[in-house]
Amino acid sequence: MAPGDILVDVRGVAKHYGEGEARVDALRSVDLRVHVGEVIALLGPSGSGKTTLLNVIGCILAPTAGRVELDGDAVFDGKWLRSDLRRLRLDKIGFIFQAHNLLPFLTAEENVSVVLDLAGWPAERGRERARELLDYLEVGHRAKVKPALLSGGEAQRVAIARALANRPRIILADEPTAALGSGRAQLVMDLLRKLASDQKACIIAVTHDEKIFDRFDRLIHLRDGRLVDS
Amino acid sequence: MNLAIKDIRHGLFRFVLTCLGLGLLMTVVLAMIGIYNGLVADALAVVKAPAADVWVVEAGTQGPFSEASSIPATTRDAVARMPGVAEAGAITYQTIEASHAGRTLRLYVIGFESGRPGGPQRITEGRGLGRSHFELLAERKTGLAPGETIRLGRDRFTVVGLVEDAMNSGGDPAVYVTLADALTLQTEMDPAAVRVQAARGDGGLRPPTVAAVVAPLQPGADVALLTATVRQWKHLSALSQSEQEQLLLASVVDRARRQIGLFLGILLSVSAVVIALIIYTMTMEKLKQIATLKLIGAPDRTIVGLIVQQALILGISGLGIGLALILLVKDSFPRRVVLEPFNALVLTGIILMVCLVASGLGVRAALKVDPATALGG
Repeated sequence: MAPGDILVDVRGVAKHYGEGEARVDALRSVDLRVHVGEVIALLGPSGSGKTTLLNVIGCILAPTAGRVELDGDAVFDGKWLRSDLRRLRLDKIGFIFQAHNLLPFLTAEENVSVVLDLAGWPAERGRERARELLDYLEVGHRAKVKPALLSGGEAQRVAIARALANRPRIILADEPTAALGSGRAQLVMDLLRKLASDQKACIIAVTHDEKIFDRFDRLIHLRDGRLVDS
Repeated sequence: MNLAIKDIRHGLFRFVLTCLGLGLLMTVVLAMIGIYNGLVADALAVVKAPAADVWVVEAGTQGPFSEASSIPATTRDAVARMPGVAEAGAITYQTIEASHAGRTLRLYVIGFESGRPGGPQRITEGRGLGRSHFELLAERKTGLAPGETIRLGRDRFTVVGLVEDAMNSGGDPAVYVTLADALTLQTEMDPAAVRVQAARGDGGLRPPTVAAVVAPLQPGADVALLTATVRQWKHLSALSQSEQEQLLLASVVDRARRQIGLFLGILLSVSAVVIALIIYTMTMEKLKQIATLKLIGAPDRTIVGLIVQQALILGISGLGIGLALILLVKDSFPRRVVLEPFNALVLTGIILMVCLVASGLGVRAALKVDPATALGG
């Protein structure tokens, strides 16, 4: 693949908490590259560093050492290279949560368009884009419904629409199918694969759900903060 | 998209209940402010009613409100002849209890000379005193109506008119009678007591005395000079209108005023704590949502706006409800509740300040939230 196809480039990233005897190494010199259209899974037992790695890529957690590039831009090299990390997340990264984390006081459509509102889209265009995504994800008929009245599958699709709203090229998912049944989980993964391909994005998901392993291009195993194979 | 309004609409019932609770608290705060103002206004109303510039009272006293004062009624003529005095009127004050329609009324009887200073400034219903005896003007809060009669002492008086906002510092509503009737009320004794006094050889006539002589001055007249001149008469003292008002506030209502003022301070502090607690709790309940907003890229100003706007809406709604309630019920209070636009403005300023400070606590907590908590790991 060409260098321009690399969306996530993590090199020598380490993260430790505490010092001396209390020191815990959450990540130890991790190298990871994710390309356009790739859908990869981060696997590993609890405490292996999956979520830490996801937080580092999501610019939520500063690593102790290493270098991170997102979509061709260096964002961390011993320190954050950008001060507006939230804007960076807004523009480049979409998040899908285990418990969908939709804002309960907004309708499905507003939950999607709020991202575009934050990104500075005109309100009308934001609403159109939200409706378009919800229709695409087959929950358009629930656009005016609040999250409390959505089923688990519907809520997760709205969350996916929100993650994709501002056309990010990196989508990070934390147990995206944990709240879904087997059939629905596979449908969601198929959908994510299609979206990654359509939007020339990549998807990095933390999961324990073996039923959907076959939906990933790569399975990245972590143990004690190291990549063990891929 | 206004997230604060969306969130309020989502939990509208709860928010309205919170506003109502805060509104009731604001009602109490406003009532205390009104009672405080009313106490001062009532106390001053009776001093201001004669529209006098100078009060002539008994020497060595601070009368007639702070101490008893008794001067010869003829003093009025002497004062009226002084240079610079426009006119003068003798006046008496006494508190009596009377029965009317099966209830006991505590009345502040003001005796004044018709056509001279000392009477009420405005009669709101009925007419002024037309006869020399047995007519009275009653404060509306006495419950007396024009045409009704009431027994004061040994005589029956007819109510011919009503006045408003005339009370003594204890809150007793005033009635105005002629000076002659007031003097009779003051000196009249039970027949048995009169007989005992006569048997002691003490039945002689005494010259009538009044509590004070009030005098408005001619334009340009020097109040200080006039009071100094009056003080040269050894048996008299004189106070300017402002001295009389200061004296009344400092001696008669000061303790009650300070007590209410202190209670008002405590009440405002409690309100501030309650508002802070409500806003802080509202923010704490939204921490996960705030973390999600941060994670999806919301800037700090969006988070701050969400909290501060809700705090201000809560505070202003509570204050609005409080104002509406107090305006509805203020006339049902046994004593006057006086609310000036200035009071509402100051309270609005205080509440807005409290809301901003209180939301500062919430904002501080919200800005500290790690966006990673939205990911659950």
